[in-house]
Amino acid sequence: MLELKKAAFDYAGKEILTDMSVTLAPGTFHFLTGPSGSGKTTFLKLCYQDLIPSSGTLHIFGKDVRAMDRDDVASVRQRIGVVHQDCQFLDHLTMSENILLPLQVTGHEVASKLRDMQELMVWTGLSDQMELLPPVLSGGERQRAALARAVIMSPELIIADEPTGNLDWDMAQRMLTLLIELNKMGKTILIATHDMNLIRMAKNQVAARVLRIRQRHLELAGAEL
Amino acid sequence: MIGRFGAILTGDRQADRVVPPTGYTANLTAFTAAAMAFLSVFALALSLATDRLATRWSEELAQTATVRISAPDGQLSRQAEAVMRILDTTPGIRSARMMTNEEQLKLLEPWFGPDLPLDTLPIPRLIEVVESGDGPDMAGLRLRLAAEAPGAVLDDHSRWRKPLISAASRLRALGVFSILLILGSTAAMITLAAQSALAANAQVITVVRLIGARDAYIVRAFVRRFTLRALFGALFGTVLAMLSIYFLPSAADEGAFLTGLGFQGWHWVLPVVVPVIAAVLAFWATRIAAFRVLRRMA
Ligand SMILES: Nc1ncnc2c1ncn2[C@@H]1O[C@H](COP(=O)(O)OP(=O)(O)OP(=O)(O)O)[C@@H](O)[C@H]1O
Ligand SMILES: [Mg+2]
Repeated sequence: MLELKKAAFDYAGKEILTDMSVTLAPGTFHFLTGPSGSGKTTFLKLCYQDLIPSSGTLHIFGKDVRAMDRDDVASVRQRIGVVHQDCQFLDHLTMSENILLPLQVTGHEVASKLRDMQELMVWTGLSDQMELLPPVLSGGERQRAALARAVIMSPELIIADEPTGNLDWDMAQRMLTLLIELNKMGKTILIATHDMNLIRMAKNQVAARVLRIRQRHLELAGAEL
Repeated sequence: MIGRFGAILTGDRQADRVVPPTGYTANLTAFTAAAMAFLSVFALALSLATDRLATRWSEELAQTATVRISAPDGQLSRQAEAVMRILDTTPGIRSARMMTNEEQLKLLEPWFGPDLPLDTLPIPRLIEVVESGDGPDMAGLRLRLAAEAPGAVLDDHSRWRKPLISAASRLRALGVFSILLILGSTAAMITLAAQSALAANAQVITVVRLIGARDAYIVRAFVRRFTLRALFGALFGTVLAMLSIYFLPSAADEGAFLTGLGFQGWHWVLPVVVPVIAAVLAFWATRIAAFRVLRRMA
């Protein structure tokens, strides 16, 4: 599904990540932790091809990211649902339109997914916010909506960047439950988070692995969690 | 191709909302298209009118000639008769007709006013000649006229017809050239407007790309907008121009010679292609500009 070999990344010469070799097999559940500024978001951006490794190789769905043109990138992104750290909504569209946007822009039938969307809105507690514009929502509401948008296409891989950063514990648990359900349906999950409680709770329910970024290296965290 | 245009006209409104409305560039594009359509309809009318003029001058006048006889009073009618006799026996001439006093008066009226005492002025007699086939042997005819009616001068109109025809064709070429210039600047302006619209929507483009939109989808959203704007703007400009031309004072009586600028007969249908061309132009200009900008934004 996702395979890095000796991959490194630097922003204009400033090396953030180096010598990363890791494989995310289909259907696995991974967390990604590390101090603030360690490069978690950068790593996720590599995964959904917002960035390209400066050295080493990265294969997504069996394809080398370096060999892809823009249409290939678009097709890959259609198979990945992403909760961005800064959410990335279109501020002139309502929340329901934003959540349906991935279907819209990829030419899928929207009407058949309206029920899915309503269920998602109920699950994420956003039923009352459906017709509001993104800027008026609270940070937590935006994160929940971003998760709804990430899963509407029923993607094979779901990547979430601090999806519970602005949520209270109850809501964080709800979101985690949703992700675990999706994982049980066969989706591959990758979540960047600082929240050790969240990781512990997940480990009680699924076989989650934890990747940690430490001094620019990506390593598999051991039993100490 | 047709299908693609069809999709643009019917395309779903929801997809259209993905790119936020930009009232300002929208209005500018529509205005530009309207102004350009207005101008091209006039250029078209000009080209068609000069085309008619050139055709008339070259076809109708090519078949006619005039013989002018100036002679002292006593000899005028004798020479006129001699000329008529010669013309009647020359091959290549269908008819020859001496103009009446009234007709000559009418010709002179615009220059000297209505109450011209024709009898007291030494005015030459005019004979109107209509040719047939390839016309007479002009050089031979001149020689015979010089021998029998020294006061007769044969004018086959070619002296003033040629420069007029070439002026008319030049004018027509200028009209066509203006239309090409108008098309070119319309394409240029729509390209600029599309580029600025894309730049203004960089954030939207980033977001839809992150969720898997292909360039073609983004391009379509912009192309649809600009094509529709150009179409309706140009439609408005065309209708306005056609109305102005329709209500142009008619030049039919006083200057039939100059023929009116207006459209005639089925030519009224021609301006209808102007909005269509504007739409096609906008379609391609936006499409090309958008793909280029997106390639750069990647
Ligand atoms: N576009 C950029 N150009 C240069 N440096 C950047 C850029 N984006 C991020 N960085 C730097 O890269 C480092 C890693 O950033 P990143 O956003 O990946 O961290 P993070 O682990 O996600 O942090 P946080 O937990 O606070 O979200 C930071 O030091 C950041 O300043
Ligand atoms: Mg981050």
